[in-house]
Amino acid sequence: MIVLQRLSKSFNGVKVLDDLDIEFGEKQITVVIGRSGGGKSVMLKHIIGLMKPDSGKVLIGGIDINALKKKELNEIRKKFGMVFQDGALLDSLTVFENVAFPLRRHLKISEKEIKDRVFSVLEDVGLEGQDSKMPSEISGGMRKRVGVARALILNPEIMLFDEPTTGLDPVMSDVINNLIISMHNKFKFTGIIISHDISGTFKTGDVIAMLYEGRIIESGTPEEFKNSNNPVVKQFISGSMEGPILI
Amino acid sequence: MNIILIPFEKVGKFVLYTVDELGSIAIYIGESFISIPEYFINFENLIDQMIFIGIDSFWVVGLTGLFTGMVLSLQAYYAAKIVGVTYMIGPTVALSMVRELGPVLTALMITARCGSSMASEIGTMKVTEQIDALEVMAVDPYYFLSVPRILAAMAMLPVMAVLCSLIGIIGGYVVYVYFLGLNHITYIEKIYQYIELSDIYNGLLKSVFFGAILAVISTFKGFQTTGGAKGVGRFTTQAVVLSSVYILFADYLLTSILF
Repeated sequence: MIVLQRLSKSFNGVKVLDDLDIEFGEKQITVVIGRSGGGKSVMLKHIIGLMKPDSGKVLIGGIDINALKKKELNEIRKKFGMVFQDGALLDSLTVFENVAFPLRRHLKISEKEIKDRVFSVLEDVGLEGQDSKMPSEISGGMRKRVGVARALILNPEIMLFDEPTTGLDPVMSDVINNLIISMHNKFKFTGIIISHDISGTFKTGDVIAMLYEGRIIESGTPEEFKNSNNPVVKQFISGSMEGPILI
Repeated sequence: MNIILIPFEKVGKFVLYTVDELGSIAIYIGESFISIPEYFINFENLIDQMIFIGIDSFWVVGLTGLFTGMVLSLQAYYAAKIVGVTYMIGPTVALSMVRELGPVLTALMITARCGSSMASEIGTMKVTEQIDALEVMAVDPYYFLSVPRILAAMAMLPVMAVLCSLIGIIGGYVVYVYFLGLNHITYIEKIYQYIELSDIYNGLLKSVFFGAILAVISTFKGFQTTGGAKGVGRFTTQAVVLSSVYILFADYLLTSILF
């Protein structure tokens, strides 16, 4: 279980997270939506310990990760996989080496086993035969899929997705959304997705939460969300310029 | 009132910036080396960096040493001829190269070649979230990126400085014998007579410090990078300029202590 308790974070005096409280259910996919620059990625970086809060707690399985030493935090991080907005692939390594990287760093297994596991997960994400390419030689959608493969290679309990469909055409966005759903069905991870792709959100999310002005203002199932009476939620879902959301 | 305060404000800002920067570098060195006992040294990366800093830099360091030795021999000749001590050209070239120019020029050339590369490579990784990706994969980026570069620079700088000095002495010999037409035995004999082992040791010790300075500053600036492609350029420039200045400053300090 991942719990954020009264989490606050400011940058240059601007409060991005303001006493934020949220719990992410186990084995569920929670999609956090909100405006660009509204603190969604900041929240995600707090969950994995890439940022430290000004106040509040990040509890992973009941452990406050900000009270941990570097080595203990790294042990917790082995439970996570994260897919970055632009893939964040190591650009000096091939697709194969990128996906094999966590295996080589953390497991003492034979080269044959590494190959088997890498080729299997590349097949899962539909990238057979692309293993020898460099990240610069593949498209944005393929880079995201390599990112998914790399994140999944250690069978993590928790998967974080930072805007997985941003910058992709609608068809490729749907491919990525379907990939997330099929990988979730196969690996049964707890998923947290940061997104402002509304159609993808309703498709992938078991639970949807909306972050607005540093707090979660609404949380519920996709159906509950669609029927929400909250004017901010209604405006965001409709994509209208008119409404309470300050531009 | 403001006009009076402005210079004080600027001095204050500069002092605060310098203290902040030096404190950050000290913390960075601590964090980098704390990771060694936890994870041991990443030998694969260490060897890659030793090749990059050492073998791949051979030509640039060799040519620097060669031309420096040649020009030293030529310049020393004009002065030595006036007072009739041309036999001292060999020791002048050798001592200048071994004690001073070999280590310093090697460090400056490797800063330009490898320090800039370290800063821009790590800087690019920082702005494209590759450093974050390493952390998320539970890989300590200092252990993975900084420590191999710092240790490789400390190990390879002395080797390259020796090569630079040796090639410089050979360059000086070529000018002394073939262009100036002087006696080759005198050149070699006088070098043996005047150069001491401590000159070589101290030159090597300087190189170890220079290697540490250039790699620490360059990787530190890489990790500090923000602001996209423009930021990578800005922090790479800072890395090269700061490394060069700190190397020259350290050279003065070490020379006054060691010699």
